[in-house]
Amino acid sequence: MLNALLVMIGLAVALGAVLGFASLKFKVEGNPLVEKVDAILPQIQCGQCGFPGCKPYAEAIASGKAAINLCAPGGEAVMKRLADLLGVEPQPLAAEAARPKPKQVALIDEQICIGCTLCFQACPVDAIVGAAKQVHTVLDSECTGCELCLPPCPVDCITMVPVEEGLNGWKWNYPVYPISDDARKDVEVTS
Amino acid sequence: MENYFLILIGTVFVNNIVLAKILGLCPFMGVSKKLEAAIGMGMATTFVLTLASGASYLVNHYLLGSELAYLRTLSFIIVIASIVQFTEMFIHKTSPVLYQVLGIYLPLITTNCAVLGIPLLNVQENHDFIQSLFFGFGGAVGFALVLTTFAAMRERLEGADVPLPFKGSAIAMVTAGLMSIASMGFSGLVK
Repeated sequence: MLNALLVMIGLAVALGAVLGFASLKFKVEGNPLVEKVDAILPQIQCGQCGFPGCKPYAEAIASGKAAINLCAPGGEAVMKRLADLLGVEPQPLAAEAARPKPKQVALIDEQICIGCTLCFQACPVDAIVGAAKQVHTVLDSECTGCELCLPPCPVDCITMVPVEEGLNGWKWNYPVYPISDDARKDVEVTS
Repeated sequence: MENYFLILIGTVFVNNIVLAKILGLCPFMGVSKKLEAAIGMGMATTFVLTLASGASYLVNHYLLGSELAYLRTLSFIIVIASIVQFTEMFIHKTSPVLYQVLGIYLPLITTNCAVLGIPLLNVQENHDFIQSLFFGFGGAVGFALVLTTFAAMRERLEGADVPLPFKGSAIAMVTAGLMSIASMGFSGLVK
């Protein structure tokens, strides 16, 4: 019994000591700028900036490969602090980061449509069907909500309608965490 | 010498750890979607498994003996987990390139039951130190071989015209079963 305890304790202590020693000895120094940028980003790994997470975006910013205005959840505040840190001019948020659009599809008002075919020439996904002087209509399942069909319409008969959530196509909302003031202060002190 | 050769052939082909012993199935299904990832996982497992079978032989032979045999599983788990952790730190420091290749898969190996299974089989079959190393290495090579061939097949299956009910995991399971049946052709070749 005592033997067993001693062996297990000895094993745990020895291996723990080795690991503890190794973590000091083999410590890897990353790029300090990446760490600082990463600390400012909101760490929700949403990927809306086009990078697979906050760390990769931080690496891209630090190496100058990405603009500082792509973080949608962080918004103005994060962009301004990144500008301070890197010593660059604050820039307005990128269009996609500025305003998250609800999922929407185009709808053609068939009372007004004159069948001019201009909108379905503009449609990048061929979601609008119709022919010259025939009323056009939109295939909801194909429409991506890109709004490219709005400007060419001469009679303004196209509106964008938000898609109601139903059993088809329902999914969890993206998690949104507010960044608390305490966390902001912590980061400011360390950076 | 012949003995070691037989152990290698036996573990790689005849008593393959995945196909004959049915161990290590979760990385076998989980990390086999992409060939590149499968190769990385195979290499990392080979590395860890060889080390783990050597280390667990030493622990079993010099620390536990026959008296504390009931502590075998527990102490093997601790030793393997520490080795994996140590290896990760060591590689991170010494070879960033290797870390890029193996890095993500190393922590996954801790939970690979083949890595625990092979040291336990070593004990069961009364292997000496060198035999344990060969057994571990051969088992891992067998695992890597099956993993990469399976991943290659799954990549081909992605493009194949699979009936809808069989798409995805179902056809992968069927494929794994067929591979296992095919490997039974080796049975009896080496004891």
